[in-house]
Amino acid sequence: MSKIGNAIYEIHHIDALTSRDQWVNRIHPLVKFVVTVFYIVTVVSFHKYDVAGLIAMSVYPIAVFMLSELSFWDSVKRLRIVLPLVCLVGIANPFLDKQDVIIAGIRFSAGVLSMVTLILKGVFSVLASYLLIATTSVEKLCYALRLLHVPRAMVTQFMLTYRYITVLLEEVNRITQAYSLRAPNQKGVHFKVWGSLAGQLLLRSMDRANEVYESMLLRGYQGEYRYLGETTAFRMPDLMWLLLWLGMIVLFRLCPVVLLAGNLIGGIFA
Amino acid sequence: MSHIHIDVEQVSFGYEKGRPILKDLSFHGAETDSIGLIGANGVGKSTFLKLLVGLNTEFEGSIRVEDIPVEKETLAQIRSKIGYVFQDSDSQLFLTTAYEDIAFAPRNYGLPEAEVDRRVEQALRLTGIEHLKEKQIYKMSGGEKKLVSIATILSMTPDIILMDEPSIALDPRNRRNLIRILNSFEHLKIIASHDLDLILDTCRRTVLMTDGRIVCDGPTEEILNDKELLEENGLELPLSLQRIR
Repeated sequence: MSKIGNAIYEIHHIDALTSRDQWVNRIHPLVKFVVTVFYIVTVVSFHKYDVAGLIAMSVYPIAVFMLSELSFWDSVKRLRIVLPLVCLVGIANPFLDKQDVIIAGIRFSAGVLSMVTLILKGVFSVLASYLLIATTSVEKLCYALRLLHVPRAMVTQFMLTYRYITVLLEEVNRITQAYSLRAPNQKGVHFKVWGSLAGQLLLRSMDRANEVYESMLLRGYQGEYRYLGETTAFRMPDLMWLLLWLGMIVLFRLCPVVLLAGNLIGGIFA
Repeated sequence: MSHIHIDVEQVSFGYEKGRPILKDLSFHGAETDSIGLIGANGVGKSTFLKLLVGLNTEFEGSIRVEDIPVEKETLAQIRSKIGYVFQDSDSQLFLTTAYEDIAFAPRNYGLPEAEVDRRVEQALRLTGIEHLKEKQIYKMSGGEKKLVSIATILSMTPDIILMDEPSIALDPRNRRNLIRILNSFEHLKIIASHDLDLILDTCRRTVLMTDGRIVCDGPTEEILNDKELLEENGLELPLSLQRIR
């Protein structure tokens, strides 16, 4: 499959994941959105040398991966472009921060610790975001944003942009396929036709986008997609999920759970 | 006069000034009419259908749907009465699953979720695609997409159906299914198509267009049997009639 074909497949695959009949998928979108944002903000707020505290925060992605029955390795594969970038961000830290830090009586290089925390923060934030979009459709996310009084124009823009990405990619795919079939010995697209190709792509994408919009108008769309259904009503499990995770995240942020557990286990075996 | 009807009077329209696509069209469609709109490529069939639902409102003349003039202010009211099936199903379907797409219109009209569900189920049953209810749109074949597109307008329970080349991408069985669906729809329907055999099977009346004008409007049997008339206007006899001769 071509790179563009792969990209289209990935988007459709995410859509397929969100429409699975899983318990986590059924949780109210606003609850999942609030928990995810709270989790990311909390993860980012950890001190730059607090590796132990951050390790405890892995409980959330692990639990959601297990409950939503998503494949962890598939997800890592899907995030293969973002994760190296996240890792690269902290790679200079060991050279810039040359102090030593003593944790639990052991001396660590401060630069290495801050690099590890930066990587963990990035990885956890990316995973939490992925878990949100893999268990919540873009329509439901938009509905959650509207409940938070995010302006209608902004939410609609977000939803339509997501929908038009595939329209654009499909056009790119068609054009490049047609090109490569008539230029079998060429690798890529010759720079001489870049201009006309980009122009064609723009015009065709605009036409397609316009037709999609017309189809929406003809079916009663008046500026806001109504996602309201029984599934979007708050239920007891939604409230429990919200309270459970907010409580756990606060607990892990305030108490050094990993160190306490380490001391406890150490005490048992001492 | 029954309440479901379309009146088009001396309508002219062009995307560019001085280059009209539709010229002085007059037309009346009544409640139980089934009308086939035929003509060679580029004669303005799709443009004409788009004017009827107000996708372009800068035309000369007048169009009235159930006595409501097609104007910017009345578009919402008019569109709630008309179901329009696009030529390209990929333009019509933009949500994830068939259910979501079919539920789009009833939800936009603010119906309670129980009623939305009832209408979706009914539309799926009428088109015979209950098994596609939860199927992802991108996994569907061209024929399946076309049937889902038709279901998306049936869930609106429209008074009038407009279809632009509905039989494109359908295999023989799905095409027969489409003919059954169209014949079961009792209200006014206008079908623009090059598939003259489909028109023969579904429409009692045919309107023949050439160069933006209506050149003939009459019983389907008469027009589609008139070899000379069809050939003069860039068409041929329907395949089923060619075999008989």
